[in-house]
Amino acid sequence: MEELIVALTVFVLAVFVGFEVIAKVPPLLHTPLMSGANAISGITLVGALVAAGAQATLLTTVLGFLAVAFATVNVVGGFLVTHRMLSMFRRKH
Amino acid sequence: MAALIELAYLAAAALFIIGLKRMASPATARAGNFLSAVGMLIAIVGTLLDRHIVSFQWIVVGGAIGSGLGLWMARAVRMTAMPQMVGILNGFGGGASQLVGAAEWHRLMQPGALLPLDTAVSIYMSTLIGGVTFAGSMVAAGKLQEIVPGRPVLFPFQHLFNLVLFLGGAAMGMYLLISPGRPEVFAAMNVAALLLGVLLVIPIGGADMPVVICLLNSYSGLAAATTGFVISNHGLIISGALVGASGIILTQIMCRAMNRSFTNVLFGGFGAAIAASGGSGGRGAAPRGVRETSAEEAALLLGYARSVIVVPGYGLAVAQAQHQVRELADLLEKRGVEVKYAIHPVAGRMPGHMNVLLAEANVPYPKLFDMEQINPAFEWTDVALVVGANDVVNPAARNTPNSPIYGMPILDVDKARHVIFLKRSLNPGFAGIDNELFYNEKTFMLFGNARDSLMKLVQEVKNV
Repeated sequence: MEELIVALTVFVLAVFVGFEVIAKVPPLLHTPLMSGANAISGITLVGALVAAGAQATLLTTVLGFLAVAFATVNVVGGFLVTHRMLSMFRRKH
Repeated sequence: MAALIELAYLAAAALFIIGLKRMASPATARAGNFLSAVGMLIAIVGTLLDRHIVSFQWIVVGGAIGSGLGLWMARAVRMTAMPQMVGILNGFGGGASQLVGAAEWHRLMQPGALLPLDTAVSIYMSTLIGGVTFAGSMVAAGKLQEIVPGRPVLFPFQHLFNLVLFLGGAAMGMYLLISPGRPEVFAAMNVAALLLGVLLVIPIGGADMPVVICLLNSYSGLAAATTGFVISNHGLIISGALVGASGIILTQIMCRAMNRSFTNVLFGGFGAAIAASGGSGGRGAAPRGVRETSAEEAALLLGYARSVIVVPGYGLAVAQAQHQVRELADLLEKRGVEVKYAIHPVAGRMPGHMNVLLAEANVPYPKLFDMEQINPAFEWTDVALVVGANDVVNPAARNTPNSPIYGMPILDVDKARHVIFLKRSLNPGFAGIDNELFYNEKTFMLFGNARDSLMKLVQEVKNV
């Protein structure tokens, strides 16, 4: 339970950091912000890797394998599409 | 070793924060995205060193499939389809959280033994939020892609049914607390979460999907954070919280720009309400005089103006006329006309969408202005050229208290010296509300497809 309180503290403080940082992003970049933030939420991959590689049971391995595939789409697709969009924003043409 | 892995997660979280901070300016945003990606790489490498990982074959196969699919999607997607793309990515993130939660539950579950309360609740939250995010995102993306009907799908006692479903899921969770070792109950709880995701999104109309995509973006972050609670990983908790906060901010911005409250979007059955009020609003009004103009006349007006503000709406993107608008702007600038673009928050199909579409058409970003920046400039502007936009420039939002869009922030196009509307017809926009600006004496209407009209204007400006 103590661990949970520490985790909750970290969570709440991070939400406040998130509000501060994101509020400064101009509307110009809101679409790449969303796809980029999306890629960051693919950090679930970390949990997926452990689930897929720990070999607890066949079922957990299969669930972990699917989770790895899902989360990798999120990470790879998210970062690349954000890069593609940001490359289009030019000061002059 | 364990401490080193923890430090890797801390480094990753720090890099995510710096990366998001750099998104504050287009000049630094690419480097910011790169830093976030490096952070992710550090987190992944750190995890692969974890002693719990004994086999890599499934990781390699899953990673290869996911990378291939992600790479293909990121390359193939058209910029107009970006809302669907983000929706699908949200969904995959949520799905991954649900799957990790499920894997943890099955790993920890021993016949007859009770899960610790905090672990159990974390797992339930992770599967619930993850499942809702996955199913809801797929429905939202389907609506945007028009595979799923975009109109609100309503049935009697819908909200009551959703509530029962939610409580049913919660009850199953509580049952599992006192009676573990029942995989079928756990599976049913997961199905309930998926069903809830579908049912929460189908009553929302296609036009309101931008808000839903933002909200699901937030959920995908919360799902990642709850997974962090499940596996006691602060890196996940921080990253998930950042994304959750980002999604909430964008949801608020979109709600404000669309003149809707948050609860109204979620529970309103919303596109439906607007369609009903719109029917009585405008269409019946007696036709008043509008001044129709020709491309030749409009070109004269534009060519001899000192300053022009282009106001693009989604109609511009539908007609695929971004390149034509940029061509026209280039010509005008060569003549010494100052050209700017005014971007309303709901000009596209998601926050910032129109900026991406115009950037793709090589419009330099210093010419793109958001609503607060540009509104004071209309007063000093010779011509406002409105292309495929309607509700976002309708002065009824300021002047007509009984209008459904009253209170919605708009672009003050009516303050410009002249207004040229490129429009298909006099038909009202999707809110179904007539626009008094059409009948204003300083307004010129150029009817036709936006792309055709712009091409004619380009031709005529060359002749001026």
